[in-house]
Amino acid sequence: MSVYSLPVSQIDPSTSASERGTFLERLHGWVVTVDHKRLGILYILYSTFFLLVAGAEALIIRVQLANPYNHVLSAQVYNRFFTMHGTTMVFLVGMPFLFGFANYIVPLQIGARDMAFPRLNAFSFWLTAFGGFLLYYSFLGGAGLYGVGNAPDVGWFAYAPLTERSFSPGHATDYWALALIVSGFGTLGTAINIIATIVSRRCKGMTLMRMPLFTWLLLVVSMLTLVTITPLTAAQFMLLIDRYLGGHFFDTQAGGSSLIWIHFFWIFGHPEVYVLVLPAFAIANEIIPVFCRKAIFGYPAMVAASICIMFVSVSVWAHHMFTVGMTSVSNAFFTLSTMLVGVPTGIKIFNWIATLWGGRIRFTTPMLFCIGFLFQFLLAGLTGIMLSVSPWDWQLHNSYFVIAHFHYVLVGAVVFCIFAGIYYWYPKATGRLMNETLGKWHFCLFTIGFHITFDTMHFLGLLGMPRSIYTYQPDRGWNFLNLVVSVGGLIQGIAVLIFAYNFIVCYWRGEVAGDDPWDAWTLEWTTSSPPPVYNFEEEPEVHSRRPLWDLKHPGDPDWEYES
Amino acid sequence: MSSVPLSHPGRTVEWHLPSKHRVGMTALIVGESAIFTIFVVAYVFYMGKSLSGPTPEQVLEVPILATICLLSSSLTILRAEKAIEDDRMRNFTAWLGATIALAAVFLTGTALEWKKLIYQDGLTVSTNLFGTTFYSLVGLHATHVVVGLFLLTSVFIFSLFGWVDSRQRERFGVIAMYWHFVDAVWIVVFTVVYLIGR
Repeated sequence: MSVYSLPVSQIDPSTSASERGTFLERLHGWVVTVDHKRLGILYILYSTFFLLVAGAEALIIRVQLANPYNHVLSAQVYNRFFTMHGTTMVFLVGMPFLFGFANYIVPLQIGARDMAFPRLNAFSFWLTAFGGFLLYYSFLGGAGLYGVGNAPDVGWFAYAPLTERSFSPGHATDYWALALIVSGFGTLGTAINIIATIVSRRCKGMTLMRMPLFTWLLLVVSMLTLVTITPLTAAQFMLLIDRYLGGHFFDTQAGGSSLIWIHFFWIFGHPEVYVLVLPAFAIANEIIPVFCRKAIFGYPAMVAASICIMFVSVSVWAHHMFTVGMTSVSNAFFTLSTMLVGVPTGIKIFNWIATLWGGRIRFTTPMLFCIGFLFQFLLAGLTGIMLSVSPWDWQLHNSYFVIAHFHYVLVGAVVFCIFAGIYYWYPKATGRLMNETLGKWHFCLFTIGFHITFDTMHFLGLLGMPRSIYTYQPDRGWNFLNLVVSVGGLIQGIAVLIFAYNFIVCYWRGEVAGDDPWDAWTLEWTTSSPPPVYNFEEEPEVHSRRPLWDLKHPGDPDWEYES
Repeated sequence: MSSVPLSHPGRTVEWHLPSKHRVGMTALIVGESAIFTIFVVAYVFYMGKSLSGPTPEQVLEVPILATICLLSSSLTILRAEKAIEDDRMRNFTAWLGATIALAAVFLTGTALEWKKLIYQDGLTVSTNLFGTTFYSLVGLHATHVVVGLFLLTSVFIFSLFGWVDSRQRERFGVIAMYWHFVDAVWIVVFTVVYLIGR
């Protein structure tokens, strides 16, 4: 590898305290900002905060379940905790994290000055933030005038008719619906913004087939988000019509159907999984090639597979519903369509492995997390195939096997890639590297804790432990395994605390990164770290998928090989 | 700062990208279509499943005049678009006014229909499944008409003051896209509610 220095930044980014203004002025600057980089950072901080909150909820749940007949949480409070844990992790952690990355990275990668609609961008963020705090305000405000309930306790899927007025009095369920409607509009705004940015704001020469894969996948995700989040918003409006105007959409007493809620929810809920996991793929697509010192293998196949996943993912939702009693034709259809998802995802996994093959791999923290992701995502996919077989699902539906499967996807793939992305782009956003030693401790502890927890959960599921129970009898044979799961959760908690310490302290004490610490190839590494408000001094022009490679190797540019 | 010259002399490319406003509105329309789809599906799913009356056959009348008005407003707004592109601003204001008038007739029609249903036939959201699904679907569409009417009226007032000219044609084109979408949705709603469901 040749030592190469870029003639990038001539201005010292450190400014004196008087130039930065007083604390209040700076705070005001952050609140009114429309800069995509600042909004991206706000998204990340917001979702990191809720990651810690929902993680703490998970730990309390695991303390309750560590022993049979435990009395840490009552049954009612337990229901609130798993509802809030699920809702928070999906809507206030997963999506804001990924949109935070998109906000920060996409305009830089396509050589744009900002997002297409900067004010809409700020509006979307504050809507999302308001939705999150509205949801958590239910702990205080949910009791309403009746003194019943407080936080929502209907599960993150909020199955009807339990959500109707007669079964969920008070305001807890309303907080759930309203908070998600509000943050849903924020999500819709961001998705529109990302699409418009990628379609209309690319720099000269960046044709669709020269876009970095991160940007490509975010375009796909945003298009999927448009048709994913909106059905949930519609169904939640119906729920509010039922609860406030006396409607009968899900009121089984008046001929309404609880089944149609399940359909509507999973028409949202399953594509949502891909909305969360495709950005994780996107992050891996950036990190794996850079740390293998090779161009990504099979770029067009990666793009095609992503688009394929987008289309297939909207036709698989009823595999969450095999036990409601569908016709055998529906069961067969949804079994087969679910298995079909394995084809494009398999293509992706093979492409990543082929990228690793023969590469000069650098085992830095981001790369370690990506390798963990590859391994765990494969296993998660395999249990997914098992669950797509409807008779198998009849046996294991709503058991800990299912919980283990989707935590393998959401933690093993999504959270691992989020961590990888943070370690990878932290130097770009702050100008300082995160500590590698602490990073490796974080990786090791988190991976060990992850496997102790979620591998064991598979066995609990096979032994018949159902989800959403607040305690169990000691003679079931689940005692030891539950204790193991809880200990694993604790180890993950310690790992995340190490991460949080690293994340905060390195902002001041981290090693100064320079503009291109990883010797990477996409446009975001051509600006200074952190980038100036205007991103690029002059509009870049690209001729291949790796513009920085071309710049660093003028004698051997990529465009000579790309068709 | 970021002074990397990423251009390679001698390799210039033609570079045209779609308008961000049009792309953004298209994306919004796709998302809105999904919302409408869910409400239409709910309407179709609950057709004939009400446990008590009144039924659609007993109380619904086909709103022919309102439909004609709304659909022709798509044509008038098309003329307004043509006018603003050619910078014929008086013409533009006239066609825009016609569009607003037609939309207002449509909304009045809906209001009268709902008044009859509520006071004469005793059908409200909470009466039966038909009431719940009917008012939500038609109401959702009417809400979109109101939003569109608000946008059109704003442009109309601006153009009365002479603040609109052909420089704003792209922005107006985006509003027109939204309006065409609202009209197209009505075709679906009309077919489902008044033709199939009755």
